[in-house]
Amino acid sequence: MVRMQPSVDTQVIADSDAVAVERTLAGERDAYRILVERHSQNVFRLAYRMAGNQHDAEEIVQEAFLRAYQKLGQFAARANFGTWVYRIAANYAIDRMRQKKKEDARRVEPLSTEDNTENDPVNKMPDAAPTPERLTQSLELRKHMEVALAALSESERTAFVMRHWEGCGIEEIAAVLKSSSGAAKNTVFRAVQKLRQALQPFVGRTTQARTIGTEL
Amino acid sequence: MKHTTEEELIAYREGMSVMRAEIAEHLKGCEKCRAELERIEAVLAALDTLPVPDPGDDYGRRVWQQIAPHLPEKPVRWWQSWFEPKRLMALGAVAALVIAAFLIGRHTGSGSPDVTATKEQVRERILVVAVGEHLGRSEMMLVELSNAEPNSPTQKKVNIAAEQRRAEDLLDENRLYRQTALEQGDTALASVLDDLERVLLDVAHGPDQVTPAQLEKIRQKIEARGILFKVRVVSKELQERQKATQPAPAQDNSIKLERNKA
Repeated sequence: MVRMQPSVDTQVIADSDAVAVERTLAGERDAYRILVERHSQNVFRLAYRMAGNQHDAEEIVQEAFLRAYQKLGQFAARANFGTWVYRIAANYAIDRMRQKKKEDARRVEPLSTEDNTENDPVNKMPDAAPTPERLTQSLELRKHMEVALAALSESERTAFVMRHWEGCGIEEIAAVLKSSSGAAKNTVFRAVQKLRQALQPFVGRTTQARTIGTEL
Repeated sequence: MKHTTEEELIAYREGMSVMRAEIAEHLKGCEKCRAELERIEAVLAALDTLPVPDPGDDYGRRVWQQIAPHLPEKPVRWWQSWFEPKRLMALGAVAALVIAAFLIGRHTGSGSPDVTATKEQVRERILVVAVGEHLGRSEMMLVELSNAEPNSPTQKKVNIAAEQRRAEDLLDENRLYRQTALEQGDTALASVLDDLERVLLDVAHGPDQVTPAQLEKIRQKIEARGILFKVRVVSKELQERQKATQPAPAQDNSIKLERNKA
């Protein structure tokens, strides 16, 4: 889990970002390149966790920097450019996920939980299975995690990604979700609760299998 | 202290609890709550194993290369953005709508519920006409984009710069109509305008020279979203609504006036 913590380095970067923003606004387009190159990796990580695939994540990153450039005049120099572009990316990712869900709902039948759990032969294997099976089981867990994350609402996924993985403050999450801090907190809570309900049966089994495997 | 709830444990685990010290103290002496927290942590720890691919050290450079051709020479200051031609046009269109609605309101007088209902109908009709025209222009642009071809068989790329400029112009109008539809509680219309906005965004922010394969991808996106079909259905529905709310002659003049202005 990555936590964003303010440090001397962060302050130096923020100051240098402010200079790059001013230079860009003054017409030096190449100055924006510094901002893009500096923040792309962070925005990509957020975008990937929100979208769940590389193709969408890359499109979110590009769109976020394009929108940030177009709105750069509205950017208050005292704010942190990294946080700002991050917020733009999160908002765009929410819109995109919403759109994608609508499209998927029209095209694909929802996955049956039964098919994925009780009827899955991998899950019927004994816990002390040999290594290749345990590997399969761990891949299976990964699939379950991806399904569980995809089943969260856009707001829940955003809140969870921003809080748990990106270490964002509740106020920042509330700003992206356009809600109160209390509502943002509740959204994080709901997300963890749903993930727990969906994954606990598999996590227990895999953890147990891993322990037995180590003992063997 | 009583046993902690799941919500308190999640808040504690995610650093959002205001009772941090109390919960920590309780956990020291309560095996049951400790076990519950461990179960939550096991799920979160498993989720932490989900990998995020490394896009590579040169990723920032690649992003720059992809977006640089689409960036205008200079971003506008916040106050300058109000004077952009397309924003002025969109604002002009909305101002014309408001003035027309106001004038029609004055013509019809005020006071009785019947008159209020008529005013509402007229306002709705103005929106219906304006949105109908907007959808017509959007449909035309999408059809032309779907049928775009290279100028000559030797050309490897198709120039869609004209469609792209039109998409940019349509975007601002679209946003305003979508917001108005939402304010008026017309969620079905707002939803179609929302879908249309995404397609317009894709076109407006894409490259202005595309390969046939990229063009095919755009066509597939338009097709997958069923946007042309939706636009046609809503246009038809708006025409029906326009007929159903046919106004009195005085209002008709104002509508024509409005059309001319638009």
